[in-house]
Amino acid sequence: MALRGNLRDFTITQLLNLINLAKKTGTLVIEGPGDFAWVAFREGKLAYAQIGREDNRLAAILQRGSKISAAQYRMIKERASNMSDKELGLLLINAGYLNQSDIIDSLQHYFIGVVRRLFTWVEGTFRFEADQLPPSGLIPVRIDLENLIIEGARQLREWEQLQEEIPSLDMALKFMDRPGTNLRNINLSVEEWRVVSYVNPKNTMRQIAQATKMNDLEIRRVIYGLLQAGLVEIVRPGGATLTNQRMFPTTNKEEQKSLVNRLINRIRSI
Amino acid sequence: MQTVKIVVTGPFNAGKTEFIRSVSEIDVVSTERKISAEAEKVKSTTTVAMDFGRITVDDDLVLYLFGTPGQKRFDFMWEILSEGMLGFVVLVDSSRPETFREARTILETFRAYAPTPYVVAANKQDKDDAWDLDDMRVALRLDPKVKFLPVVATDKEKVKKVLLELLYSILAEMEAGGS
Repeated sequence: MALRGNLRDFTITQLLNLINLAKKTGTLVIEGPGDFAWVAFREGKLAYAQIGREDNRLAAILQRGSKISAAQYRMIKERASNMSDKELGLLLINAGYLNQSDIIDSLQHYFIGVVRRLFTWVEGTFRFEADQLPPSGLIPVRIDLENLIIEGARQLREWEQLQEEIPSLDMALKFMDRPGTNLRNINLSVEEWRVVSYVNPKNTMRQIAQATKMNDLEIRRVIYGLLQAGLVEIVRPGGATLTNQRMFPTTNKEEQKSLVNRLINRIRSI
Repeated sequence: MQTVKIVVTGPFNAGKTEFIRSVSEIDVVSTERKISAEAEKVKSTTTVAMDFGRITVDDDLVLYLFGTPGQKRFDFMWEILSEGMLGFVVLVDSSRPETFREARTILETFRAYAPTPYVVAANKQDKDDAWDLDDMRVALRLDPKVKFLPVVATDKEKVKKVLLELLYSILAEMEAGGS
């Protein structure tokens, strides 16, 4: 039976665990809300990973890992664009620019990074294409999955806790009324600043996530930090219609006040 | 006959049933069942659907008090119970800090259901290991403007005080043009 399903029912960590235990060979294709990824495994070990349309040719990975300079990268792009990764790797080793472990370490680092990013994907679909492996010109690696699974499990627990802390993204945020707090004196990360710039009771957290291109986990993580720091609080969205018409048996404001006063008097007399 | 309702919510074993029982003029209509989960066996029974108390105000007006089920697996009842409420009370067991996080979640969930006033009450303040109110306020991350009151759910006067504070908040919001 085809291994396919929804990330809400089967998490990335659970998938890695299954692939590891069953020593599967093939490619896991994941389609998230805004991006896609494919991760190849050989006999239960991570062999290759690609996220979205990100350039993951060897030259780009080596440049990101500072193994080659930007100028070298440009030169390779110009002169060796037709070379496969294997050919380029051999060329760089033979020319004495890099050794084999530089290349393997860079690839491993990059592929592990891709899987780590996938841990933040909590929505989307997946399918496992058995026996499908990356094209032969690419350089596969062999990475044990155990450590990644443990890391993913930790992240899953974090996700569950964040969901408890922030159960609904349909609420909005507002700055806490704390005179004297100067945002400029607080060290915020780039992601936190991006979220802070949208803090307004009119914007729901879901809208902020969309505007900042964050997924459910990422936005919850940032907001949780801001909540813990006492910078923001969760409020009803400013534009939400009040649903309290049914609170009172009457719509007349004076009658409503009278009703509450009668309740107060009655409770006092109990 | 006009009816209005107030919801009493909070984590498992926070004292919701006792709270309603203290002021209800009828025996609380309770849907308690023996507890099956080992982890939650700090008492022998728990509310599985709701508690239901009543205070007759006069010939024309009745206040109903609804207590929500505390166990998480019955949280599908919360939204149903919150419909049309005047306001709500979040009850927290002052001696069980492990439930504070859940209390916070329940509070946020009810705020999302309905834009009604609420108060938070720290129950079991008579216990030796009860947390101090100031510490609880920090742990629960309550805004200084949120009314946070000490209570002992079996003490009628203290329960009345909590309900009155909620009604004062409702009145204040109405006078401020909030409803």
